[in-house]
Formats: sequence, structure tokens, C-alpha cells
Amino acid sequence: MNIMINRIEKTFEKLKADGDKALVSFITAGDPNMEKSEQILCDLPKYGVDIIEVGIPFSDPMADGPTIQKSSNRAISAGSNLSKTLKIINKFRRVNSKTPIVLMGYFNPIFQFGLEKFFNSCKKIGVDGIIVVDLPPEENELINVYTKRYGVHNIRLITPTTDKKRLRKILKFTSGFLYYVSITGITGTKKPSVLEVKKAVSRIKANTNLPVVVGFGIDNYKQAAALNKISDGCVIGSAIIKIIESYKEYSKSKISKKIEDFLIKFSKDNK
Amino acid sequence: MKKNKNINYKIFPDKNGRFGKFGGRFVAETLMPLLLKVEEEYKKAKNSKKFKSKLKYYFESYIGRPSPLYLAERLSSKLNGAKLYLKRDELNHTGAHKINNCVGQILLAMQMGKQRIVAETGAGQHGLATATVCALFNLNCVIYMGEVDIKRQAPNVFKMKLLGAQIQPVKSGRATLKDAMNEALRDWVSNVKDTFYVIGTAAGPHPYPMMVRDFQSVIGDEAKKQILKYEKRLPNYLVACIGGGSNALGLFYSFLNDYDVKILGVEAGGEGVNSKKHAASLAKGKPGFLHGNYTYLLQDPNGQINDAHSISAGLDYPGIGPEHSWLKEIGRVKYVSATDKEALSAFKLCSKLEGIIPALEPSHALAYLIKNSKKFSKKDIIIMNMCGRGDKDIFAISDKLGVKV
Repeated sequence: MNIMINRIEKTFEKLKADGDKALVSFITAGDPNMEKSEQILCDLPKYGVDIIEVGIPFSDPMADGPTIQKSSNRAISAGSNLSKTLKIINKFRRVNSKTPIVLMGYFNPIFQFGLEKFFNSCKKIGVDGIIVVDLPPEENELINVYTKRYGVHNIRLITPTTDKKRLRKILKFTSGFLYYVSITGITGTKKPSVLEVKKAVSRIKANTNLPVVVGFGIDNYKQAAALNKISDGCVIGSAIIKIIESYKEYSKSKISKKIEDFLIKFSKDNK
Repeated sequence: MKKNKNINYKIFPDKNGRFGKFGGRFVAETLMPLLLKVEEEYKKAKNSKKFKSKLKYYFESYIGRPSPLYLAERLSSKLNGAKLYLKRDELNHTGAHKINNCVGQILLAMQMGKQRIVAETGAGQHGLATATVCALFNLNCVIYMGEVDIKRQAPNVFKMKLLGAQIQPVKSGRATLKDAMNEALRDWVSNVKDTFYVIGTAAGPHPYPMMVRDFQSVIGDEAKKQILKYEKRLPNYLVACIGGGSNALGLFYSFLNDYDVKILGVEAGGEGVNSKKHAASLAKGKPGFLHGNYTYLLQDPNGQINDAHSISAGLDYPGIGPEHSWLKEIGRVKYVSATDKEALSAFKLCSKLEGIIPALEPSHALAYLIKNSKKFSKKDIIIMNMCGRGDKDIFAISDKLGVKV
């Protein structure tokens, strides 16, 4: 997959050249509604976000904690779905051609949309990678042909329960970057142990040249700074969703400002 | 049914946990290593004499197996003279077929050194059976149950607490079985090291659909022996209700290769399969991915899972075990449905005619037979799985009938 160079590689190359780490953030498409979500998406790069994960809303997000479950429900209630998710990314691409977008979600909405149509749309619109939470390497063949055909990175999760043998299996199907899940649990619930993550990330790095970002349960600067010493970046998910939840009734620019306050402080303390 | 005669139904699932294209393992990476371990340990147990004799011991002396096969003569008179046999799994300890699977899975969990058991429950029968077996073996037990179900199944909630289980009310979604299963899975992801998830139906990621079916297939194995003893021949029909489908597979599995036996699975038709309120995932659903497997699901065009509806909490699930999806597609089993109303009438009829108060779940199977009584004749022998007793339902039903208990 080395021939595939897109925004993800370019971003990590630039960060490396600058001696910097990736700030990856997550929002659910359509939370709290389509219009506000689009604004937040377009603003995130201005607040120092290097890569954006956009969640595809799903009724039964099995691997997510209460914060992202509620976020998904708000989005669905606001009429969000996969085709609307692609639409706001399309709009985002009109104002931003540099920041990588990674779609993250569960397999059923993607499957019902149609696999060929989905990956083709990703390529056309400018989605750089996908993370399908409930599609382990054992079931990867369902999408393998499409990720290759349409040049969409197949980004995979590695967890504390992944052993050496599985790590190799996962690496075989991964491109773009690796996402290390720092806890055994669901999103936004437990706090990671820096020491444990360090061990795991060095084990991963001994087996691959792909960048490794760490996520699940990171919500403060200190934590991110410590984790960034060993990884290539951190994912801030539930912490941003919580801001959206708290200020969902505010105007889109006010919600965006709240996120800005949080992230600017975050980046400053971190870099 | 000639076209099915080349298929050996007993060799499924394949090594990837597939029944045809259905089944598989669609879970987050955190769970994968554990699922592979469960599969490995289950294979060992399946071939271990020690495990099998332990299972047999608890089946006989704790559950009370074999359950009788009873010729229901008065009900038979309502079926155009066909002979209706009831496989009486409602006589099991804890009042339903669920405990067969719980004993099996919890013996496996102990073999794997797990000290903490989590389970989901709808009607409360699986939760009750899990709590019971956990009490027996002194294991920590956490039961996830939707808030709506907690209300409509109060007697079972009380019993589970009495047995020492911790009940975790689930508020998300429509607060029924699907949501309880989401929460149980989330608990498992968070506690993989010491916890075993006892799934109550023949669904979920591989190896669960296979494992649950195998533990439940004692129902059909016994029924086959019993009917051959009483009638010197196999039945013409098997019939069972279907939510996730474990009692049905339990009865059907032993007969799948007996190609002349016609098999009927009865889904919960709620207020009618053409209304929006039902749980008939095979009749009205579409294949998709939920709770770790590829199977028929009630869902909208965007792939969001719809809420199911049934008067019976045990059938109130928008999916179905993957083996049923496959048996439907290849035509080995015919899937039909009965409504809330029909089930309620059958419930009353069975109580009056046979002195057996059935659970609302098997009342659906009986309702289908009654509704189609003209299709049967004197020559027919039918075995129906009486998979649960109605004690748990009397409060909810008396409410419906406007009687204060």
C-alpha cells in the first residue's frame, strides 16, 4: 500500500519535520444538528486539529461510552445519516483541501449504503481513511477490495488485549496510521496508564513504520503531553463531544468558540 | 423439500463461524482475542469426557432433565385431530429452556477461570437462569435488563435479586432486550480479564450461536428418542417460537437432516407484521450487522436498527440468530408469525384445556397451530416446544385483561 500517498501521509510527514505530534479530534456528523456540525467541522483545523475523525451515527454503538452514544442519538434525531455525513464532508472540502478526514463508525450503516458506492464516494469527496470499529481483521475481506480500489486508508484499532500474533495480522491490513486504544473498555470512561501505553506503543513501533496515535479516555493536556512523548499523536473524542453536549442549544459560532477555547489551550500546553 | 437433501446441516457453522453467509464475528478488537479463546476452550470442552459428564450430571440432577414429551389430547382435538406433543421444557428448574445453556456456558467460564458473569435478559428467564447457576457455583453475577422489561417482569427481577445477582437497569434506546445486550457487551469490553459473557440466545459473535445451539440441542435429542419410543416414527411437524431463536434451534437441530420432518418457526407478529409494531425480523427485516453477527434485522434504509415490539418480552428483539437466517434462505425451515392477540388467546386456551399455564413466548407457537388447524389431519404428529411457563407473565397479562392480581 506504499504507493498510496494522501493527506494522511503528508500530514504526518509535515508534523515529523516540524518535530510536532498529531492532534486528532472526533465529532459525530450531525451532532447537535447538521448545520452546527458542519460549522464545527470546518473550524476544527483552525484550532490546531491536524486530523479529524468524523463519526457516522449509529443506533447501537457497542464500543462507545454514554457520551458518544448520546451524541449519536442527537445526530440521528437531527436526521443525520451516512449520506448526510458525506455531504458535510463534501462542503468541508470546499474550504479545506489539506486536513485529513477519517470516517469512523460501525459496519451496518456502511453496508446498507452499499460498499462500492460508499468507497467510491469517499474517493470522490476526499475522505482519506476509514475506521470500522466492528470489523476485525478476520472479516476484513469484506472491504479489502474497495479500500484498495478507491485508495482509502484502512485504519485499524489495536488494544491492550491484542497479542503479538494478532498485531501482525492487523498490520497486514492496515495503512495510514494505527489507532492504539489505551484502555480495555468503551470510549470516554477510564483513564489510561501512561506506563502501560508506553510498553504497548513501543511494541507496536518495533513491528511497523506506520504512525501510532493513542485514544480513548484522553481529556487533558498533561495526559496528552505524556502520551505524545511515546506516540505520534493523541485522539480527543469524548471531551469535545461533552462540550457540544453542554452547549448544544447555543448558536453554531458560540459552540465553535467553546471548542476553540478548549483546543487552543490544549495545543498551547502540548506543543 | 428435495433440494435440501444434499445438505448436511450438522456441519455448520464453518471455521469462520458462518452459516452460509450469515454469522461471523463483528466485534471491536478488544473482544476478538477473548472470542478466539472462548472458541478454543469450547472445542476442548466439547470433546472432553469430564466436561460432558459434568454437564450431564447437572442436566439430570439440577435441571431435572430429560423433560417429558407429553401428548396434549385436549389441545389436539382443536387441531383437526392431529396429535400434538408438548416438549415440556417449562418444567425445568427456573421454568424455561434457558438454563440448559446457562449451565453449559458457566461450566465453560469456570474452566476458563472467570469469576464474574454478565448476561442480558429480556423476559428475565435467561437472567434468572444465569443468576441461579451463579448462585450454585458462587460466582459474581451482573444482569443487564431494560427498564421497560424490569417493569413488565417484576417477579423475575425479585427472584434474581434473591439469588444474589446485581441488576443493572438499562435506560438507553427503548430499554428492552437489544439495549440490554449492548450494555452487557460494553461491560464485557471493559472487564475482559475476569468476566465471561453468557449470551442467552443463539445470536452474537461466533462461537456463541453454535455454542448456545449445542447446549440447547439436548431438547431435540430427547424429543427424538421420546417420539420414537411413543410413536415408532418421526413427527410430521416441529414448531417453536422465535425471538433470538435458541429454544427453536434446540428442538430443530436434531431433526435438520431428517428431511421429511417439516419445521415451523413462529416469530412475534406484535400488532401485525404489516404494522410497525412487531418483532418479525425474518418476515420484514433485511440482512445486516448487529451484536457481532450478520443476520436478518429490523432496520431503516440508513442501517439504523428499529425497535421491535412484542407482548412477550422474550421475543422483543429486532434480530435473530444467524442460523435461522440461513435456514430461512435455504428453505429448510418455514418461518411464520402470530400476533400478540392470537398469542394471548392461545395462552388462555392452553391453561384451560391442559392445565398448563404457558409463557407468552411458546403461546405464539401454539397460536400459529390453532390459527392453521385446518392444515393438519389425523395422520399428523406435531412436536411443539413448550419452552417456558407462564408464572412470570401473569401480572403483565392480568393487566392486559383488566384483572387486578
